[in-house]
Amino acid sequence: MNTIAQLLQNNKKKILENWMQNQLSDTSLRDDLISNEELRRQSDELINGLSRATAGGNVDNIYAPEYEPVVEILSDISITRARQGFSPRETGMYVLSLKQAIITVLQDKYSEQPEVLYKELLTVNNLLDMLSMVTFDTYIKGREEVILRQTDEINEISTPVIRVWEGILALPIIGTLDSARTQIVMENLLQEIVNTGSSIAILDISGVPAVDSLVAQHLIKTVSATRLMGAECIISGIRAEIAQTIVHLGIDLSNIKTKASLASALQLAFSMRSVEVRKISKNTGFHIGR
Amino acid sequence: MDRIPILKMGPFLLVTIQVDLYDRLALTLENDLISMVSKTGARGVLIDISAVSIVDSFMGRILGNIASMSRIMDAETVVVGMQPAVAITLVELGLTLQGVYTALDVEKGMELLQDKIGIFEDPEQEKEGPDDSDD
Repeated sequence: MNTIAQLLQNNKKKILENWMQNQLSDTSLRDDLISNEELRRQSDELINGLSRATAGGNVDNIYAPEYEPVVEILSDISITRARQGFSPRETGMYVLSLKQAIITVLQDKYSEQPEVLYKELLTVNNLLDMLSMVTFDTYIKGREEVILRQTDEINEISTPVIRVWEGILALPIIGTLDSARTQIVMENLLQEIVNTGSSIAILDISGVPAVDSLVAQHLIKTVSATRLMGAECIISGIRAEIAQTIVHLGIDLSNIKTKASLASALQLAFSMRSVEVRKISKNTGFHIGR
Repeated sequence: MDRIPILKMGPFLLVTIQVDLYDRLALTLENDLISMVSKTGARGVLIDISAVSIVDSFMGRILGNIASMSRIMDAETVVVGMQPAVAITLVELGLTLQGVYTALDVEKGMELLQDKIGIFEDPEQEKEGPDDSDD
Protein backbone atom coordinates (compact mmCIF):
# COMPACT_ATOMS: atom_id res chain seq x y z
CA MET A 1 0.00 0.00 0.00
CA ASN A 2 1.40 3.39 -0.92
CA THR A 3 1.79 6.40 1.31
CA ILE A 4 -1.13 8.39 0.04
CA ALA A 5 -3.61 5.60 0.49
CA GLN A 6 -2.28 5.02 4.01
CA LEU A 7 -2.41 8.67 4.76
CA LEU A 8 -5.97 8.95 3.54
CA GLN A 9 -7.07 5.97 5.54
CA ASN A 10 -5.34 6.79 8.79
CA ASN A 11 -6.05 10.48 8.82
CA LYS A 12 -9.48 10.47 7.25
CA LYS A 13 -11.00 12.33 10.17
CA LYS A 14 -8.33 14.95 10.31
CA ILE A 15 -8.37 15.58 6.56
CA LEU A 16 -12.12 15.87 6.58
CA GLU A 17 -11.97 18.35 9.47
CA ASN A 18 -9.28 20.38 7.70
CA TRP A 19 -11.17 20.30 4.49
CA MET A 20 -14.45 21.35 6.06
CA GLN A 21 -12.64 24.12 7.83
CA ASN A 22 -11.09 25.27 4.58
CA GLN A 23 -14.40 25.24 2.83
CA LEU A 24 -16.29 26.96 5.60
CA SER A 25 -13.66 29.63 6.09
CA ASP A 26 -13.85 30.54 2.43
CA THR A 27 -15.87 33.74 2.41
CA SER A 28 -17.41 32.89 -0.92
CA LEU A 29 -19.06 29.73 0.37
CA ARG A 30 -22.71 29.83 -0.57
CA ASP A 31 -24.32 28.49 2.57
CA ASP A 32 -27.63 29.62 1.12
CA LEU A 33 -27.36 27.03 -1.63
CA ILE A 34 -26.03 24.08 0.32
CA SER A 35 -26.26 23.15 4.01
CA ASN A 36 -23.30 22.26 6.20
CA GLU A 37 -24.53 18.73 6.72
CA GLU A 38 -24.93 18.18 3.02
CA LEU A 39 -21.45 19.54 2.38
CA ARG A 40 -19.98 17.28 5.05
CA ARG A 41 -21.78 14.24 3.66
CA GLN A 42 -20.51 14.92 0.15
CA SER A 43 -16.99 15.53 1.36
CA ASP A 44 -16.96 12.40 3.48
CA GLU A 45 -18.18 10.33 0.57
CA LEU A 46 -15.48 11.73 -1.70
CA ILE A 47 -12.64 11.08 0.75
CA ASN A 48 -13.87 7.52 1.26
CA GLY A 49 -14.00 6.96 -2.46
CA LEU A 50 -10.57 8.45 -2.92
CA SER A 51 -9.02 6.32 -0.21
CA ARG A 52 -10.50 3.18 -1.76
CA ALA A 53 -9.32 4.17 -5.23
CA THR A 54 -5.75 4.90 -4.16
CA ALA A 55 -5.52 1.67 -2.14
CA GLY A 56 -4.62 -0.24 -5.30
CA GLY A 57 -1.49 1.84 -5.75
CA ASN A 58 -2.72 3.78 -8.76
CA VAL A 59 -2.20 7.48 -8.15
CA ASP A 60 -1.72 8.85 -11.62
CA ASN A 61 -4.42 7.48 -13.89
CA ILE A 62 -7.85 8.67 -12.90
CA TYR A 63 -9.40 6.98 -15.93
CA ALA A 64 -8.65 3.54 -14.45
CA PRO A 65 -11.69 1.52 -13.35
CA GLU A 66 -10.92 1.88 -9.63
CA TYR A 67 -11.39 5.64 -9.94
CA GLU A 68 -14.81 5.34 -11.50
CA PRO A 69 -16.70 5.85 -8.22
CA VAL A 70 -14.62 8.93 -7.39
CA VAL A 71 -15.14 10.48 -10.81
CA GLU A 72 -18.80 9.67 -10.58
CA ILE A 73 -19.18 11.34 -7.19
CA LEU A 74 -17.28 14.40 -8.42
CA SER A 75 -19.30 14.64 -11.61
CA ASP A 76 -22.49 14.36 -9.62
CA ILE A 77 -21.43 17.11 -7.29
CA SER A 78 -20.31 19.50 -10.00
CA ILE A 79 -23.34 18.93 -12.22
CA THR A 80 -25.64 19.54 -9.26
CA ARG A 81 -23.68 22.64 -8.44
CA ALA A 82 -23.84 23.90 -12.00
CA ARG A 83 -27.61 23.54 -11.92
CA GLN A 84 -27.92 25.13 -8.50
CA GLY A 85 -26.10 28.19 -9.78
CA PHE A 86 -22.69 27.88 -8.11
CA SER A 87 -19.97 29.89 -9.78
CA PRO A 88 -17.06 28.06 -11.47
CA ARG A 89 -14.75 29.38 -8.78
CA GLU A 90 -16.83 27.93 -5.97
CA THR A 91 -17.03 24.58 -7.70
CA GLY A 92 -13.31 24.55 -8.42
CA MET A 93 -12.44 25.54 -4.86
CA TYR A 94 -14.26 22.49 -3.59
CA VAL A 95 -11.60 20.10 -4.92
CA LEU A 96 -8.70 22.49 -4.58
CA SER A 97 -9.39 22.98 -0.88
CA LEU A 98 -9.13 19.21 -0.42
CA LYS A 99 -5.62 19.46 -1.79
CA GLN A 100 -4.84 22.06 0.83
CA ALA A 101 -6.22 19.82 3.54
CA ILE A 102 -4.19 16.79 2.47
CA ILE A 103 -1.03 18.86 2.09
CA THR A 104 -1.37 20.19 5.63
CA VAL A 105 -1.56 16.64 6.98
CA LEU A 106 1.38 15.58 4.82
CA GLN A 107 3.48 18.45 6.08
CA ASP A 108 2.77 17.53 9.69
CA LYS A 109 3.69 13.93 9.13
CA TYR A 110 6.83 14.26 7.03
CA SER A 111 8.31 17.49 8.30
CA GLU A 112 11.47 15.53 9.19
CA GLN A 113 11.82 13.86 5.76
CA PRO A 114 11.80 16.62 3.13
CA GLU A 115 12.51 14.19 0.28
CA VAL A 116 9.52 12.01 1.02
CA LEU A 117 7.43 15.10 1.60
CA TYR A 118 8.42 16.54 -1.78
CA LYS A 119 7.63 13.31 -3.60
CA GLU A 120 4.30 12.89 -1.92
CA LEU A 121 3.35 16.51 -2.46
CA LEU A 122 3.96 16.11 -6.17
CA THR A 123 1.79 13.00 -6.33
CA VAL A 124 -1.03 14.59 -4.37
CA ASN A 125 -0.81 17.68 -6.48
CA ASN A 126 -1.03 15.71 -9.69
CA LEU A 127 -3.89 13.55 -8.57
CA LEU A 128 -6.01 16.40 -7.29
CA ASP A 129 -5.29 18.57 -10.31
CA MET A 130 -6.64 15.83 -12.51
CA LEU A 131 -9.68 15.51 -10.30
CA SER A 132 -10.30 19.23 -10.47
CA MET A 133 -10.12 18.99 -14.26
CA VAL A 134 -12.90 16.42 -14.08
CA THR A 135 -14.87 18.82 -11.92
CA PHE A 136 -14.49 21.62 -14.42
CA ASP A 137 -15.31 19.39 -17.33
CA THR A 138 -18.54 18.22 -15.83
CA TYR A 139 -19.39 21.64 -14.45
CA ILE A 140 -19.18 23.12 -17.92
CA LYS A 141 -21.05 20.18 -19.36
CA GLY A 142 -23.81 20.75 -16.83
CA ARG A 143 -23.96 24.43 -17.71
CA GLU A 144 -24.00 23.66 -21.41
CA GLU A 145 -26.85 21.23 -20.95
CA VAL A 146 -28.85 24.00 -19.34
CA ILE A 147 -28.01 26.40 -22.18
CA LEU A 148 -28.79 23.82 -24.88
CA ARG A 149 -32.13 23.04 -23.33
CA GLN A 150 -33.01 26.71 -23.24
CA THR A 151 -31.88 27.20 -26.85
CA ASP A 152 -34.07 24.31 -27.91
CA GLU A 153 -37.02 25.79 -26.11
CA ILE A 154 -36.46 29.20 -27.67
CA ASN A 155 -36.14 27.65 -31.11
CA GLU A 156 -39.34 25.69 -30.66
CA ILE A 157 -41.46 28.61 -29.63
CA SER A 158 -39.97 31.22 -31.90
CA THR A 159 -40.55 29.85 -35.39
CA PRO A 160 -44.27 29.55 -35.97
CA VAL A 161 -45.48 29.27 -39.55
CA ILE A 162 -48.85 30.94 -39.92
CA ARG A 163 -51.29 30.38 -42.72
CA VAL A 164 -52.68 33.86 -43.36
CA TRP A 165 -54.69 33.10 -46.45
CA GLU A 166 -55.31 30.23 -48.76
CA GLY A 167 -51.96 29.64 -50.42
CA ILE A 168 -50.16 32.31 -48.39
CA LEU A 169 -47.93 31.53 -45.42
CA ALA A 170 -46.34 34.03 -43.05
CA LEU A 171 -43.31 33.40 -40.90
CA PRO A 172 -42.46 36.09 -38.36
CA ILE A 173 -38.85 35.72 -37.29
CA ILE A 174 -38.07 37.06 -33.82
CA GLY A 175 -34.53 37.19 -32.47
CA THR A 176 -31.16 36.79 -34.07
CA LEU A 177 -30.84 34.46 -37.04
CA ASP A 178 -27.88 32.09 -36.81
CA SER A 179 -27.21 29.08 -38.98
CA ALA A 180 -28.87 26.63 -36.61
CA ARG A 181 -32.02 28.72 -36.41
CA THR A 182 -32.09 29.36 -40.12
CA GLN A 183 -32.02 25.61 -40.59
CA ILE A 184 -35.05 25.17 -38.32
CA VAL A 185 -36.87 28.12 -39.88
CA MET A 186 -36.19 26.78 -43.36
CA GLU A 187 -37.26 23.23 -42.51
CA ASN A 188 -40.47 24.40 -40.84
CA LEU A 189 -41.31 26.73 -43.69
CA LEU A 190 -40.63 24.20 -46.45
CA GLN A 191 -42.54 21.46 -44.63
CA GLU A 192 -45.48 23.79 -44.18
CA ILE A 193 -45.36 24.72 -47.87
CA VAL A 194 -45.66 21.04 -48.73
CA ASN A 195 -48.41 20.44 -46.17
CA THR A 196 -50.59 23.36 -47.23
CA GLY A 197 -49.61 23.54 -50.89
CA SER A 198 -49.01 27.26 -50.50
CA SER A 199 -47.34 29.12 -53.31
CA ILE A 200 -46.35 32.30 -51.45
CA ALA A 201 -44.40 32.66 -48.22
CA ILE A 202 -43.88 35.95 -46.39
CA LEU A 203 -40.78 36.15 -44.23
CA ASP A 204 -41.25 38.93 -41.72
CA ILE A 205 -38.00 40.12 -40.16
CA SER A 206 -39.29 43.04 -38.11
CA GLY A 207 -38.29 41.09 -34.99
CA VAL A 208 -34.72 40.55 -36.11
CA PRO A 209 -32.56 43.02 -34.18
CA ALA A 210 -29.78 43.37 -36.76
CA VAL A 211 -29.00 42.14 -40.22
CA ASP A 212 -25.39 41.52 -41.09
CA SER A 213 -23.98 39.80 -44.14
CA LEU A 214 -24.33 36.40 -42.46
CA VAL A 215 -28.00 36.89 -41.61
CA ALA A 216 -28.61 38.20 -45.12
CA GLN A 217 -26.97 35.11 -46.54
CA HIS A 218 -29.24 32.94 -44.40
CA LEU A 219 -32.25 34.85 -45.68
CA ILE A 220 -31.11 34.45 -49.28
CA LYS A 221 -30.68 30.71 -48.68
CA THR A 222 -34.19 30.42 -47.33
CA VAL A 223 -35.58 32.33 -50.29
CA SER A 224 -33.66 30.14 -52.76
CA ALA A 225 -34.85 26.95 -51.09
CA THR A 226 -38.43 28.19 -51.20
CA ARG A 227 -38.03 28.99 -54.88
CA LEU A 228 -36.66 25.51 -55.55
CA MET A 229 -39.79 24.06 -53.99
CA GLY A 230 -41.84 26.06 -56.45
CA ALA A 231 -43.09 28.80 -54.14
CA GLU A 232 -42.40 32.53 -54.01
CA CYS A 233 -40.87 34.26 -51.03
CA ILE A 234 -41.42 37.85 -49.96
CA ILE A 235 -39.29 39.43 -47.23
CA SER A 236 -41.10 42.03 -45.19
CA GLY A 237 -40.53 44.13 -42.10
CA ILE A 238 -37.36 45.81 -43.31
CA ARG A 239 -36.79 48.76 -41.00
CA ALA A 240 -34.91 51.87 -42.00
CA GLU A 241 -31.74 50.89 -40.11
CA ILE A 242 -31.79 47.44 -41.66
CA ALA A 243 -32.14 48.88 -45.15
CA GLN A 244 -29.18 51.15 -44.42
CA THR A 245 -26.99 48.32 -43.17
CA ILE A 246 -27.89 46.12 -46.11
CA VAL A 247 -26.91 48.79 -48.60
CA HIS A 248 -23.75 49.75 -46.69
CA LEU A 249 -22.66 46.14 -46.57
CA GLY A 250 -23.25 45.86 -50.29
CA ILE A 251 -25.65 42.93 -50.00
CA ASP A 252 -27.58 42.33 -53.17
CA LEU A 253 -31.24 41.62 -52.48
CA SER A 254 -32.37 42.85 -55.88
CA ASN A 255 -33.73 39.53 -57.04
CA ILE A 256 -35.71 39.04 -53.86
CA LYS A 257 -39.07 40.69 -53.37
CA THR A 258 -38.87 42.95 -50.33
CA LYS A 259 -41.52 45.06 -48.64
CA ALA A 260 -41.39 47.47 -45.72
CA SER A 261 -44.30 46.07 -43.78
CA LEU A 262 -46.19 42.82 -43.45
CA ALA A 263 -49.31 44.62 -44.65
CA SER A 264 -47.77 45.64 -47.95
CA ALA A 265 -46.27 42.18 -48.38
CA LEU A 266 -49.71 40.69 -47.87
CA GLN A 267 -51.09 43.08 -50.43
CA LEU A 268 -48.44 42.01 -52.93
CA ALA A 269 -49.22 38.38 -52.17
CA PHE A 270 -52.91 39.02 -52.78
CA SER A 271 -52.23 40.63 -56.12
CA MET A 272 -49.91 37.76 -57.08
CA ARG A 273 -52.69 35.31 -56.33
CA SER A 274 -55.24 37.57 -58.04
CA VAL A 275 -57.16 38.00 -54.82
CA GLU A 276 -58.84 41.28 -54.05
CA VAL A 277 -59.76 42.45 -50.57
CA ARG A 278 -62.10 45.38 -50.33
CA LYS A 279 -64.48 47.05 -47.93
CA ILE A 280 -68.03 45.83 -47.97
CA SER A 281 -71.08 48.00 -47.33
CA LYS A 282 -70.83 50.75 -44.71
CA ASN A 283 -73.40 49.31 -42.32
CA THR A 284 -71.64 46.14 -41.39
CA GLY A 285 -68.51 47.92 -40.19
CA PHE A 286 -66.47 44.86 -40.96
CA HIS A 287 -63.50 45.05 -43.21
CA ILE A 288 -60.23 43.23 -43.79
CA GLY A 289 -56.99 44.72 -44.92
CA ARG A 290 -56.75 48.20 -46.33
CA MET B 1 -30.39 -1.23 -67.85
CA ASP B 2 -32.91 0.98 -66.06
CA ARG B 3 -34.51 3.77 -67.97
CA ILE B 4 -36.79 6.51 -66.81
CA PRO B 5 -39.90 6.71 -69.00
CA ILE B 6 -40.53 9.97 -70.83
CA LEU B 7 -44.20 10.60 -71.60
CA LYS B 8 -45.40 12.90 -74.33
CA MET B 9 -48.44 15.00 -73.41
CA GLY B 10 -49.39 17.30 -76.25
CA PRO B 11 -46.60 19.80 -76.65
CA PHE B 12 -45.02 18.80 -73.35
CA LEU B 13 -42.79 16.01 -72.14
CA LEU B 14 -43.51 14.57 -68.72
CA VAL B 15 -40.83 12.81 -66.71
CA THR B 16 -41.61 11.31 -63.33
CA ILE B 17 -38.58 10.16 -61.44
CA GLN B 18 -39.71 7.40 -59.11
CA VAL B 19 -36.35 6.04 -58.06
CA ASP B 20 -33.29 7.57 -56.51
CA LEU B 21 -31.10 8.73 -59.35
CA TYR B 22 -27.61 7.40 -59.61
CA ASP B 23 -25.11 9.08 -61.90
CA ARG B 24 -25.42 6.76 -64.92
CA LEU B 25 -29.22 6.87 -64.79
CA ALA B 26 -29.17 10.67 -64.62
CA LEU B 27 -26.87 10.85 -67.65
CA THR B 28 -29.08 8.44 -69.59
CA LEU B 29 -32.10 10.55 -68.67
CA GLU B 30 -30.35 13.69 -69.91
CA ASN B 31 -29.54 12.01 -73.25
CA ASP B 32 -32.99 10.47 -73.69
CA LEU B 33 -34.77 13.66 -72.77
CA ILE B 34 -32.79 15.89 -75.10
CA SER B 35 -33.19 13.50 -78.03
CA MET B 36 -36.93 13.31 -77.25
CA VAL B 37 -37.14 17.11 -77.30
CA SER B 38 -35.47 17.24 -80.66
CA LYS B 39 -37.53 14.33 -82.05
CA THR B 40 -40.94 15.58 -80.93
CA GLY B 41 -40.25 19.30 -81.01
CA ALA B 42 -41.69 19.61 -77.53
CA ARG B 43 -42.21 23.11 -76.16
CA GLY B 44 -41.96 22.26 -72.49
CA VAL B 45 -40.40 19.68 -70.20
CA LEU B 46 -41.90 18.87 -66.82
CA ILE B 47 -39.77 16.90 -64.38
CA ASP B 48 -41.49 15.56 -61.29
CA ILE B 49 -38.99 14.79 -58.55
CA SER B 50 -41.44 14.44 -55.67
CA ALA B 51 -40.26 10.87 -55.04
CA VAL B 52 -36.59 11.78 -55.01
CA SER B 53 -35.24 12.01 -51.49
CA ILE B 54 -31.51 12.17 -52.14
CA VAL B 55 -29.64 14.57 -54.40
CA ASP B 56 -26.01 15.44 -54.82
CA SER B 57 -24.22 18.17 -56.70
CA PHE B 58 -24.04 15.99 -59.83
CA MET B 59 -27.78 15.50 -59.86
CA GLY B 60 -28.28 19.23 -59.35
CA ARG B 61 -25.98 19.96 -62.25
CA ILE B 62 -27.81 17.49 -64.50
CA LEU B 63 -31.10 19.27 -63.77
CA GLY B 64 -29.47 22.59 -64.65
CA ASN B 65 -27.99 21.07 -67.81
CA ILE B 66 -31.32 19.68 -68.95
CA ALA B 67 -32.87 23.11 -68.49
CA SER B 68 -30.15 24.94 -70.43
CA MET B 69 -30.13 22.35 -73.23
CA SER B 70 -33.91 22.47 -73.59
CA ARG B 71 -33.80 26.25 -73.54
CA ILE B 72 -31.47 26.18 -76.57
CA MET B 73 -33.95 23.89 -78.29
CA ASP B 74 -36.80 26.27 -77.44
CA ALA B 75 -38.38 24.26 -74.65
CA GLU B 76 -38.92 25.46 -71.08
CA THR B 77 -38.16 23.22 -68.12
CA VAL B 78 -40.20 23.07 -64.95
CA VAL B 79 -39.09 21.04 -61.94
CA VAL B 80 -41.99 20.19 -59.64
CA GLY B 81 -42.54 18.66 -56.24
CA MET B 82 -39.10 19.07 -54.75
CA GLN B 83 -38.90 17.73 -51.19
CA PRO B 84 -37.90 20.22 -48.46
CA ALA B 85 -34.79 18.21 -47.59
CA VAL B 86 -33.75 18.15 -51.24
CA ALA B 87 -34.27 21.91 -51.57
CA ILE B 88 -32.18 22.56 -48.46
CA THR B 89 -29.42 20.28 -49.71
CA LEU B 90 -29.28 21.99 -53.10
CA VAL B 91 -29.15 25.43 -51.50
CA GLU B 92 -26.41 24.31 -49.11
CA LEU B 93 -24.49 22.99 -52.12
CA GLY B 94 -24.87 26.42 -53.69
CA LEU B 95 -27.02 25.10 -56.54
CA THR B 96 -30.01 27.37 -56.78
CA LEU B 97 -30.92 26.10 -60.26
CA GLN B 98 -31.08 29.54 -61.86
CA GLY B 99 -33.02 29.37 -65.08
CA VAL B 100 -35.08 26.39 -64.02
CA TYR B 101 -38.73 27.07 -63.30
CA THR B 102 -40.19 25.39 -60.26
CA ALA B 103 -43.68 24.59 -59.06
CA LEU B 104 -45.24 22.87 -56.09
CA ASP B 105 -46.95 20.03 -57.96
CA VAL B 106 -47.56 18.69 -61.45
CA GLU B 107 -50.81 20.59 -61.78
CA LYS B 108 -49.27 23.95 -60.98
CA GLY B 109 -46.26 23.04 -63.12
CA MET B 110 -48.47 22.41 -66.12
CA GLU B 111 -50.24 25.73 -65.59
CA LEU B 112 -46.89 27.46 -65.40
CA LEU B 113 -45.65 25.79 -68.59
CA GLN B 114 -48.79 26.73 -70.50
CA ASP B 115 -48.40 30.24 -69.21
CA LYS B 116 -44.73 30.39 -70.22
CA ILE B 117 -45.11 29.20 -73.77
CA GLY B 118 -48.38 30.95 -74.38
CA ILE B 119 -50.59 28.01 -75.21
CA PHE B 120 -54.06 28.31 -73.79
CA GLU B 121 -56.75 25.78 -74.32
CA ASP B 122 -59.30 28.37 -73.33
CA PRO B 123 -58.53 32.02 -74.11
CA GLU B 124 -60.73 33.08 -71.14
CA GLN B 125 -58.27 31.54 -68.70
CA GLU B 126 -55.48 33.70 -69.95
CA LYS B 127 -55.03 35.45 -66.63
CA GLU B 128 -54.48 32.21 -64.70
CA GLY B 129 -51.19 30.96 -63.35
CA PRO B 130 -50.30 33.58 -60.75
CA ASP B 131 -47.27 31.68 -59.52
CA ASP B 132 -44.82 33.01 -62.07
CA SER B 133 -41.26 32.29 -61.20
CA ASP B 134 -39.01 35.28 -61.36
CA ASP B 135 -36.77 35.21 -64.37
